[in-house]
Amino acid sequence: MFYDFRKIPVIDQAGIAERVARFTTRSIKKESKVQALKMALSMIDLTTLEGKDTENKVKQLCYKAMHPHVALPDLPSVAAICVYPTMVSAAKQALKGSTVKIASVSTAFPSGQSTKEVKVTDTNFALDNGADEIDMVMSRGEFLKGNYQFVFDEIASMKQLCKPYHARLKVILETGELSTLDDVRRASDIAIYAGADFIKTSTGKINIAATMPVTLVMLDAIKDYYYKTGIMIGMKPAGGISSAKVALNYLVMLHETLGNAWLNNEWFRFGASSLANDVILQLEKEAKGVYYTKNYISID
Amino acid sequence: MTKKEPQPLEYFTEWKYNPALETIEPGNLKNQYDLFINGKFVKPNSEKYTNIINPATDDVITCVAEASKKDIDKAVKAARRAFETSWEKMPAKERAKYIFRIARLIQERAKELAVIETLHVGKPIRNSRNFDIPLAANYFFYYAGWADKLAYAFPNRIPKPLGVVAQIIPWNFPLLMAACKIAPALATGNTIVLHPSETTPLTALKLAEIIQESELPDGVINIVTGTDSVNEAFVHHKDIDTISFTGNHATGRWIQKTVAGTSEKFTLQLNGKSTHIILDDAAINEAVEAIVNSAFINQGGICGDGSRVFIQESIADEVIHRLKDRMAALIVGDPLDKNTDIGSIHSKAHLTTIDALIKQESDSDNIYQHTSVLPKKGSFVRPTLFINTSQSHPIHQQEVFGPVIAIQTFRTIEEVIEKANNIPYGLTMSIWCDKSSRVFGLTSKLQAGVVWVNASNQIDPTSPFGGYKQGGMGKEGGVYGLLPYVKF
Repeated sequence: MFYDFRKIPVIDQAGIAERVARFTTRSIKKESKVQALKMALSMIDLTTLEGKDTENKVKQLCYKAMHPHVALPDLPSVAAICVYPTMVSAAKQALKGSTVKIASVSTAFPSGQSTKEVKVTDTNFALDNGADEIDMVMSRGEFLKGNYQFVFDEIASMKQLCKPYHARLKVILETGELSTLDDVRRASDIAIYAGADFIKTSTGKINIAATMPVTLVMLDAIKDYYYKTGIMIGMKPAGGISSAKVALNYLVMLHETLGNAWLNNEWFRFGASSLANDVILQLEKEAKGVYYTKNYISID
Repeated sequence: MTKKEPQPLEYFTEWKYNPALETIEPGNLKNQYDLFINGKFVKPNSEKYTNIINPATDDVITCVAEASKKDIDKAVKAARRAFETSWEKMPAKERAKYIFRIARLIQERAKELAVIETLHVGKPIRNSRNFDIPLAANYFFYYAGWADKLAYAFPNRIPKPLGVVAQIIPWNFPLLMAACKIAPALATGNTIVLHPSETTPLTALKLAEIIQESELPDGVINIVTGTDSVNEAFVHHKDIDTISFTGNHATGRWIQKTVAGTSEKFTLQLNGKSTHIILDDAAINEAVEAIVNSAFINQGGICGDGSRVFIQESIADEVIHRLKDRMAALIVGDPLDKNTDIGSIHSKAHLTTIDALIKQESDSDNIYQHTSVLPKKGSFVRPTLFINTSQSHPIHQQEVFGPVIAIQTFRTIEEVIEKANNIPYGLTMSIWCDKSSRVFGLTSKLQAGVVWVNASNQIDPTSPFGGYKQGGMGKEGGVYGLLPYVKF
């Protein structure tokens, strides 16, 4: 399939803002709210990506991923935990027997400023240790230079590494470093055509993380690819989504843009660390009718 | 890569939104409304009352007085007295204070007004809450600012008020239309007799309560409800200085004819059949969103509705495909539900007209309809798309005022200019195009009072709005909106 990445569909920034505003006016109440909160919880990639991470910290997070809240035992587990490659084997051990996936960041996360050899080694290390998903970073520098071929090839080569392991590849565009929605769209297209299974907004390591307009542009790219090929691509907004209310706005946007088929953790994820506890807080409120203090909800 | 035929996207089967109903506080609506004359609610001379129906449920909401000729006389006299004794003489900055006060009171009672607007028009609460009511308040705020600056609006000329103004407003945006007529007339120092629509007079009557609360001098605004006979009384009345009318053609023409040769002035805002032109370099997703919003807002009952859509042939299939998917994600239902996108048609009679128009189309390939189950009671119609129609098709010739979009394709710019202008109306048009050189080439050749570029239905008190050709005479909004109410 030939696709010229210099030419992308026209995007109207003001129009995107209007479309986004419309999603935020939906009123999600009662059962539909509980359903959405559970859905949101099940879509979370519970994340810890810090220099001070240790195996024990990761193991604690894994327990939380499997048992989000002791007082509500029938809650779904989260979709995955997201860690550095060095923490994958500890996570693998801790998550044995559960449905929770292990996502590992890779390719010199978060900046991606390294050589191809280093990136290949990085990715292979994560895969060998049992990562189910690879969250790679796009080379923004090369992208902004207009070197789309480099960006495409790099993503395609990571995909090749993932294939034998049946691991899914997420490509982080780091949209906060791309200055326009046009570039967000262009980067989405490159990633999708190069073989990404998921496209992801951000590393969470810079100030500007996921926003609804950026996510909508990426959802449009996924929709266009689906119209053309019938193939579904997943979406992961990451960073900055810390309240259940905002997560519900994202779900409404997902629902009314791509429809039912994407409404599960196979095709949609939230990259977040503190979102889970706010969702649990809201679920407690829906179940018991009162708000609990945060001390009733475990932090891990 | 193996190509699979994509399944159509599906919405609202896995995750349905619970109803989120907006409610009205008891006591916000009275069982019966009288005429508002000289600052007081008074019984009509005829002692007759008409029921007001909620079109979404067919239930009676309340009843309102039917004014007779005698009542109109009384109202005009009160307005004349108020003009001569208080309003004209009052310093302009004092006048402004009252107008600001009305604006603030509308904001304070926004929720109540929005619910009532939805109850009698059938429009979704989302529209009345986010569009009608805030915009109505904004018209008052904007024109309040002009009251003591008229000398700057018309440099080197001395504007004087006309006197008593009669205003006739339509059913579709009752409070908003009242606001955009009342506010400039007050700011310029006129007094008013307002005739709200026969079927949707309730928010105007709530406005009467607000006027009382604002302590505006008695008689400055009078609100008389009733049938078309009120309009009849207006045009024949000797003591009315100007008539401002928004509504259908037939009435507009009749007003123009009847007042010809008298000293009575008039302005007309008449029907339109508004147009979207989508060129091959348009932002398609955003254009589709705007078409859906402008054609279906108020169930299509808006004079600037973008129901006539021209798409350049090379992208027509893609746009239509997306339009269908977008329509599938709309929620049709109870207008009081905050999640409803499309509410109820405002009357049974109007529903019959729309249904008949849709039924005319015998070729089912040319039509696409929303698939939702409509509520059993009330006047509902499925949003409908007419595909591949021609200029001669009735759907292009008549103003439907329903949730109906009619699509034609075109090949060249010259062709679309000719076809877009080939209609007796000319209120609004929207162009969708990424290249500014093409935009400017096009806009100067379109015969429409308002042309939006990559936007639609951007209505704002500061900018003039009004028609071209049979779209009307005179503008509302902006500095131009003051003109119908002043003499020099």
